[in-house]
Amino acid sequence: MKKIILPLTDEVIKDLHAGDSVLLTGTVITGRDAAHKRLYELIQKGEELPVEIQGEVIYYVGPAPAKPGHAVGPAGPTSSYRMDKYTPALLNRGLKGMIGKGARNDEVIASMKQNGAVYFGAIGGAAALISRSIKKSELLAYEDLGTEAIYRFTVEDFPAVVVIDSYGESVLVTKPKQTES
Amino acid sequence: MEIRSIDAAAVTETVRTLFMDMNYHIGNDIAEELKKAMDRETSDTAKNVIGQILENHQIAADEEVPMCQDTGMAILFVEYGERVVIENGSFEEAVQEGVRRAYIDGYLRKSVVDDPVFDRVNTKDNTPAIIYTTIVKGDRIRILAGCKGFGSENMSAVKMLTPSAGLDGVKKFIMDTVNYAGPNPCPPIVVGVGIGGSFEKAAMLAKKATLRPINTRHPDSRYASLEEELLTEINKTGLSAAMPQDIKKR
Repeated sequence: MKKIILPLTDEVIKDLHAGDSVLLTGTVITGRDAAHKRLYELIQKGEELPVEIQGEVIYYVGPAPAKPGHAVGPAGPTSSYRMDKYTPALLNRGLKGMIGKGARNDEVIASMKQNGAVYFGAIGGAAALISRSIKKSELLAYEDLGTEAIYRFTVEDFPAVVVIDSYGESVLVTKPKQTES
Repeated sequence: MEIRSIDAAAVTETVRTLFMDMNYHIGNDIAEELKKAMDRETSDTAKNVIGQILENHQIAADEEVPMCQDTGMAILFVEYGERVVIENGSFEEAVQEGVRRAYIDGYLRKSVVDDPVFDRVNTKDNTPAIIYTTIVKGDRIRILAGCKGFGSENMSAVKMLTPSAGLDGVKKFIMDTVNYAGPNPCPPIVVGVGIGGSFEKAAMLAKKATLRPINTRHPDSRYASLEEELLTEINKTGLSAAMPQDIKKR
């Protein structure tokens, strides 16, 4: 089990290989379909983003509400293929890591190789367990999106596996669903 | 004919409790199978994943928090006894109120939007629930409910087979659907299959099948052995965890 301190450096990324189990400590930002769409449209228009994504790791998650006394509600990964359409634009803008579940399409993998980025998988269905490694949650942007807004999570020993590394090597045996737009 | 009256508030409370409980507690049938799978699996990654899923269920049950952040859309299959009358309200409203209270009081995620295409505004209480009602004999109401999340719901498929497609056509479609879904639905994956009827009937049967206790088999032995055969085939794919089980050699 490799302990990784965030933000990711290029040296750390080069040393991560598909299949490695890791524990992530530091901060990540969150975002799902709706937030990705907005960021993508701003990038297309050449406008400034409400959140700096350069060097960041983004976690594909829409948590359940937090009970009183909890930093965050259950927060497991959502299916990553929904973000595929927007991901290369974010990677070109400096995004270094992603955490989700399931497969990615060929365009995303090519862009990861080109930009030196890594894709982690968290265990789908282990949301209550995962939320224990999230110590703090702060709203960064798009409050109107509710659970799909962009938050900054402070994580400690967040469990994940390198699913696709920066060399384009993948541990997945199947192709993703490609039809979703 | 004797009529039995049920207070709308009792319906609401029953539905509220159902949805909170199903989000906090895994069924014994699934818990047992996971423990067996833990002994059966030889891959360290698979064992690790199952271990974390079991631990996750324990945390959810102890803290009464949902086991998954996607607490689904509420679906109810209702068998409504023809001799039941609802007092102090309507059945439909009582059910919707039960769902509303479960998702608000139970810290469950509200994922439902009103208009699916143009507005996409969250209804903020996870209503409307989808209610399928069958009128049956008697003076009882029986509710079978589920809260399937959309990570798995989006992997659903329906196909209209020709009469000559036969058993092979059925098998091929099921295997194609499982392979197409790949690692996207979260483990443990339950494959519900509905065959026959019309377009919507087959889909409803499939949804209902996902709610069946997982160790049970179809009463017709021919379908029971088909279930066994497909389960073996599906487990051979090496899929079934959102995390990979077959790590490629580097």
